[in-house]
Amino acid sequence: MRDVYVIGAGMTPFGELWNKSMREIFVDASLAAIQDAGVDHVDSLYVGAMSPGLFIGQEHLGAVVADFLGITPIAATRVESACASGGISFRQAFLEVASGASDIVLAGGVEKMTDGADVTEALATAADQEYEVYHGITFPGLYAMIARAHMHQFGTTREQLAAVAVKNHRNGMKNPNAQFRSELTLEQVMKSTMVADPLRLLDCSPVSDGGAAVIVASAEVASKLKRKNVKVTASAQASDTITLHDRKQLTTLDAVVRASEKAYKMASKKPGDINFAEVHDCFTIAEIVITEDLGFFEKGKGGEAVEKGLTARESGKIPINSSGGLKSKGHPVGATGIAQIIELYEQLSGRAGDRQVKAAKVGLAQNMGGSGASCVVHILEAT
Amino acid sequence: MISPRYAREIPHRYQLLAARCSSCGSIAFPPRRVCRKCQGQKFEAAKLSSEGTILTFTVIRVGADRFSKQTPYAVAIVELNDGVKITTQIADADVDTLQIGQKVRLVFRKIQEDGKAGILCYGYKAVLV
Amino acid sequence: MVGIVGYGSYLPRYRIKAEVIARQWGADAEAIKRGLQLTEKTVPGQDEDTITISVEAARGAIQRAQIDPQEIGAVYIGSESHPYAVKPSGTVLIDALGIGPHVHVASYEFACKAGSEAMYVAYSHVKSGEMKYALGIGADTSQGAPGDALEYSASAGGAAYIMGTERVAAEILFTNSYTSDTPDFWRREGEFYPRHAGRFTGDPAYFKHIVGAGETLLQKSKLSPRDFTHAVFHMPNGKFPQEAGRRLGFTKQQLEAGWIVPWMGNTYSGSSPTGLAAILDIAKPGDLVFMVSFGSGAGSDGFIYRLTEEIKAIQDRAPKVREMLDNGKIYLDYGQYTKHRHKIKLNE
Repeated sequence: MRDVYVIGAGMTPFGELWNKSMREIFVDASLAAIQDAGVDHVDSLYVGAMSPGLFIGQEHLGAVVADFLGITPIAATRVESACASGGISFRQAFLEVASGASDIVLAGGVEKMTDGADVTEALATAADQEYEVYHGITFPGLYAMIARAHMHQFGTTREQLAAVAVKNHRNGMKNPNAQFRSELTLEQVMKSTMVADPLRLLDCSPVSDGGAAVIVASAEVASKLKRKNVKVTASAQASDTITLHDRKQLTTLDAVVRASEKAYKMASKKPGDINFAEVHDCFTIAEIVITEDLGFFEKGKGGEAVEKGLTARESGKIPINSSGGLKSKGHPVGATGIAQIIELYEQLSGRAGDRQVKAAKVGLAQNMGGSGASCVVHILEAT
Repeated sequence: MISPRYAREIPHRYQLLAARCSSCGSIAFPPRRVCRKCQGQKFEAAKLSSEGTILTFTVIRVGADRFSKQTPYAVAIVELNDGVKITTQIADADVDTLQIGQKVRLVFRKIQEDGKAGILCYGYKAVLV
Repeated sequence: MVGIVGYGSYLPRYRIKAEVIARQWGADAEAIKRGLQLTEKTVPGQDEDTITISVEAARGAIQRAQIDPQEIGAVYIGSESHPYAVKPSGTVLIDALGIGPHVHVASYEFACKAGSEAMYVAYSHVKSGEMKYALGIGADTSQGAPGDALEYSASAGGAAYIMGTERVAAEILFTNSYTSDTPDFWRREGEFYPRHAGRFTGDPAYFKHIVGAGETLLQKSKLSPRDFTHAVFHMPNGKFPQEAGRRLGFTKQQLEAGWIVPWMGNTYSGSSPTGLAAILDIAKPGDLVFMVSFGSGAGSDGFIYRLTEEIKAIQDRAPKVREMLDNGKIYLDYGQYTKHRHKIKLNE
């Protein structure tokens, strides 16, 4: 496999974008990425989107966005893996360049969630329709059950969950594209409306519109454009049972463990070699469990770690979600995985401004679908 | 709720009909073509135990539209006595006093309705014993 | 010998007290409780209906009878609150209990006596030799119109009876029926609440038919009231069945075992069938039981049962009425009650 570089990135602000349609959002992000990369064409594109069919009644998204970007007749493919759609879109682009099939590929992601669909019902399609959702479970409900099991088994506290939201909002304040750029206190999180015990409103990532895109290219193209500074050194993916109840352990996300093991091997790295990471904090408990399953902390100690500030941006041992995470940055489902790559790219290129993580050399992005049935992990390094 | 999709699940939801792998003995619920454990493709019909224990649970306070008038309601992952785990509501319970480890048994209840004029959908829920 | 080989009953756990309803409508709670002899009534859970109640009751009947459900040749459920107007409640029940597909199924309607009619037809099928076992059920989750007298009594519950010829626990000795066109209480197609004609529901309706059927049944059997250990009549409230018993010559003691209405309410098609189940729960071999149901419109079904030795073996195999009546009660306020009873106009 050839070496692959990220040579440009672009995204829209994340939030309620009432005046923009899904196509416009995707085009805005893609044009920005293309301009940032300085390329005059792309060989193909991938667009991650969880459910344009349910949200806006539109399928065949690859064709739609290629048309609107004015770049037909290139190959254009919509990628879906629930909330991991963006990350897997990036993986497909990586594989296409790594294999030599293409030299320049646009990997994008987009979601338009505010056009009136029943969002809870649409998001629930990432779980088992007949044996989970049929019985009335929701996404917050699934993660709430993980949270309760984690609290029961390891003594993780309500305050530790809240600490994740507080940290991510603090980071988001420095992200011009974040949906929420406001400080959150522990008390505000703990007093917010209960959604599914023990998770409250402020433990949950929001409903958002948004688009993000990156350009991946071969070493030769990157070199020619003088943008050979962020290399993709690992790309790995894993799956797990669709139902939460069939998992081996309720408190471990096996797909995260396996994808990251493969990624570390591919990049010849250990968890301790990672300087910073973007992880899938769809709910506060998710960040805690994921940091354990990525090997950053011992099983059961993820809550303690965030409480002690080990994952804080400025002084932490390993800054997690310097972008603000899904919680503060927003979670337009299909775009999230790409936005994580963009944060890695910005940090590794030294372009993260106020959010800059010191000595950022090796970054990891972890994107996950549903209650953990699919997971994709990438490692990017500054060269 | 579309009738054909609902009708196919009736034996599993009403009578807890599962499948036991003829090679390794693990039970699949609902029945499936390929054993998750050993990839075997031969199964025998089996019926799940209707008693179990709460492994974890939550109380849904904000539900999808079709469940919105029933909140707050509890949903749990229950481990049945034969080792199979299911996701199910806990009915007739004081949602504020539920605990991991409580014993339950499964009963037959109406799970949802397809609006005012669509079909009625039944299945299993758990009650504390 | 033909009769009951297995029986089961089910009452939901939710209750509402008569005084809570009275407070809502500014009525005199004490006068109502005294006049109707009703204290509280059962309320179905939001996830319960005539189908789920019938399934739980029939499960008990199968547990008591210890038969192969596949041998049941007919399933008839009588109710005035079948969840579907078109699609028999029994079609869901058979798949829930492993009965069929080689089985007759139909929904019965005859106001509060749909259940006893279903029991009679099940009995007839077995008596005629048509099939080995037949299942007759009376179950309801009836509506009482807000602020109406019937709101104090309309409740939820039911009982199921498997009729057969082997190991009969309660032999059916005599039956009869007495029917006429008496418009005392009815519900038009498409209407949500039933209506009634006030005091006309008493003597010209309830008493005329219960006494008409009861006297005929006694004549047919050549028995007199004192021969019976227990008697149960349709129970629209606490008072009517006691008066019916008195008019037919029965004592209060004979009615006691089955007189569960003050705490259960009127489970409509489930009323006398559930009262009968409460009697069977404690009856002894040799006991004679007298039962007359009543359904508005109007008619009454009469049955005389004789308990056999088998009853001792089957009583403890499934939950009993008094256990369900007395244990695990969850009390509702009026607002919760209206939500459970779908009395709130939702934005659908």
